[in-house]
Amino acid sequence: MDSGQRSTVHRPLSYANMNQLDLSKKTRIGESLIQTLLFLAGFLSIFITLAIVYELGKEAWLFFGSPDVTFAKFFGTTTWQPGIGHFGIWPLVTSTLITSLIAMIVSLPLGLAVALFLSEYAPPKARAALKPILEILAGIPTVVYGYFALLFMTPLLQNIFGKQTVEVYNMASAGIVMGIMILPLISSMSEDALSAVPRALREGAYAMGATKFETSIQVVLPAALSGIGAAFIIGISRAVGETMIVAIAAGSGPNFTFNPFKAAETMTGNIARISGGDLSYGSMDYTSLFAIALMLFLVTLVLNLISQAVINKFRQRYE
Amino acid sequence: MNQNHYPQNDSFRRTLSGRYRLANLWQGLFFTALVIAILSLVALLYNVVDGAFGYVAYEYKHAPSEFSAKPLDQLSKSELLELLKTNLSSGAFKKLDNEKPMEKRFKSDLYSLVLERLIQIDTKQTWSLTDSILHAKDIKAEVSQKYPKAKLEFRSWLTPVFLTTPMSSKAEFAGVRTAILGSLWMVGIAILFALPIGTGAAIYLQEYADKNFINRVIQTNINNLAGVPSIVYGMLGLAIFVRTFEGFTSGSMFGVTDSNGRTILSAGLTMGILVLPLIIINAQEAIKAVPDSLRQAAFGVGATRWQTVWHHVLPNALPGILTGSILAVSRAIGETAPLIVVGASTFISVDPSGPFSKFTALPIQIYQWTTRAQSEFHSIAAAAIIVLLILLLTLNATAVLLRNRVQRKY
Repeated sequence: MDSGQRSTVHRPLSYANMNQLDLSKKTRIGESLIQTLLFLAGFLSIFITLAIVYELGKEAWLFFGSPDVTFAKFFGTTTWQPGIGHFGIWPLVTSTLITSLIAMIVSLPLGLAVALFLSEYAPPKARAALKPILEILAGIPTVVYGYFALLFMTPLLQNIFGKQTVEVYNMASAGIVMGIMILPLISSMSEDALSAVPRALREGAYAMGATKFETSIQVVLPAALSGIGAAFIIGISRAVGETMIVAIAAGSGPNFTFNPFKAAETMTGNIARISGGDLSYGSMDYTSLFAIALMLFLVTLVLNLISQAVINKFRQRYE
Repeated sequence: MNQNHYPQNDSFRRTLSGRYRLANLWQGLFFTALVIAILSLVALLYNVVDGAFGYVAYEYKHAPSEFSAKPLDQLSKSELLELLKTNLSSGAFKKLDNEKPMEKRFKSDLYSLVLERLIQIDTKQTWSLTDSILHAKDIKAEVSQKYPKAKLEFRSWLTPVFLTTPMSSKAEFAGVRTAILGSLWMVGIAILFALPIGTGAAIYLQEYADKNFINRVIQTNINNLAGVPSIVYGMLGLAIFVRTFEGFTSGSMFGVTDSNGRTILSAGLTMGILVLPLIIINAQEAIKAVPDSLRQAAFGVGATRWQTVWHHVLPNALPGILTGSILAVSRAIGETAPLIVVGASTFISVDPSGPFSKFTALPIQIYQWTTRAQSEFHSIAAAAIIVLLILLLTLNATAVLLRNRVQRKY
């Protein structure tokens, strides 16, 4: 009672005013204006995607709507010269597939091995020293890789296989160098997946008498498989969309061939070469570029979506 | 029954040693993969440095004695100027004078002008650094046999002059000044566009957005935009900035008449859109790292949401946001494909004068020089690559330093 009374005596003056204070929610114009602006900034990204789809789709529609371009010609013939009426997409698609395949053959095993070494074997100090080196590899602009492919990898391949077999511009050297470019991406994403595997799994395997290698391959690797799969898919998407390496080293001119030592232009390389020259708006060459770009966009979009879905699933399992 | 599954004694030891052998073998293989990765990096850097220095054999089209009795390198500045005045056509001299007044140029500039315009160097062959060191004698013998009139000289293609001279059609006199300025203009515009919008989007997604459908779509969409091939952004830039908004990007709305939509502004905006997802994702991480107690304290004393963000969240997230934008800058500086599509000019010898000028950029020059057949262009491509890599290394080192400072704070 006493203490209660005392508190009434010392009750601050402002308490009386507080009763008249309106604490209900007010609309603040400035606040909501700012919130709207911020929302618009976030929404711009959706707008960009829509713009990509609309602009690419509009020109691609003109291309596919042209009476000369038929489904049978597009997928049934093997010459790509849209300027003079040849609309067979296959030479560009096969060379894109071959360079990407070579890149993945190089980068997947190497990247995975590097990731396993860094996450399972390397002592923490070595890992701290080695990871920045891989980051440097990831930060080098692709045009520099193009220089490397043309002036280092191609002569190297020519020395190994002979100048008759290996042309100056060829898909193999572009593919291999692309693999080196993608390697750090695969290794860092795989390493993240491997490190996310709970320690208890490893301890369990060791307790059963497994060697370090058996633990890594039979316990840790399967547990991280979805993350590694996501890395692999992102790697393919990067390889398909990569431009400068193939534009410099893989050759300039569509060529329907399955020989990796021959020159053949990829989809991205074709866009880079044609758009770098004189291009009149609305010509068949111009619209054809948008058709190719739309295909590229859709392929990479699907690959990225799959990879993200895989990653999300995998996150849910271990957190 | 268990005895069938678990080998005992001798056979156990044999399988065990076999298992260890296998384990060691694979460990070796994993390590080899790492070594291969590092060797590729070393090979790449070696290849570039190898190309940027080395012997070069060249001939003079006109003998120096045709122009002056004294050896050229002993001439004074006024004598060099006189040489240029008498031997160049008046039109050509006027053009040079307009670019930069002749009297104000350094003696070394005039000297290289004499070499470029009057003597006219003709490069016969170049050698890599390794060849120049290991086979110097063979090279000297080869040159004296194949090009008896040629001079052989050890040359570094990367010189201070290389950085400060504009583009030229001759590799010996080409420099990267126009390209560096073009790159800086373009990156400046890209960041001015992408940094405020990207930070705004990140603030919205981290501080304001409820977990509803549209915000989830925005988030997924940003992650996907980060994976769209850069050349597709180039096509977007071509369709929107170069073609649709030509009046704005060419500057004809503002009274600039001598250009089309293929300007620095178009390229900068395209690059801004390209780096936007990168900036948003990095800024989101930085904002996420700001402790919640700060926000709660601000709300506790009655701050509104924006006051909280502006006075407490943003200042604390700023180093992280800056790190992200430095990474975005280094991405933009190295990107080539969108610039080709948007229409960077490959040959420009005038410095860009504003957002509406035509331009070239460092990676475009590297691409252009690499695809030339003559080996002296490969040498200047290598020199330009070294410039680009040093630029990127500086930027990334700054970013890493910033990141480490932030990490220490929390």
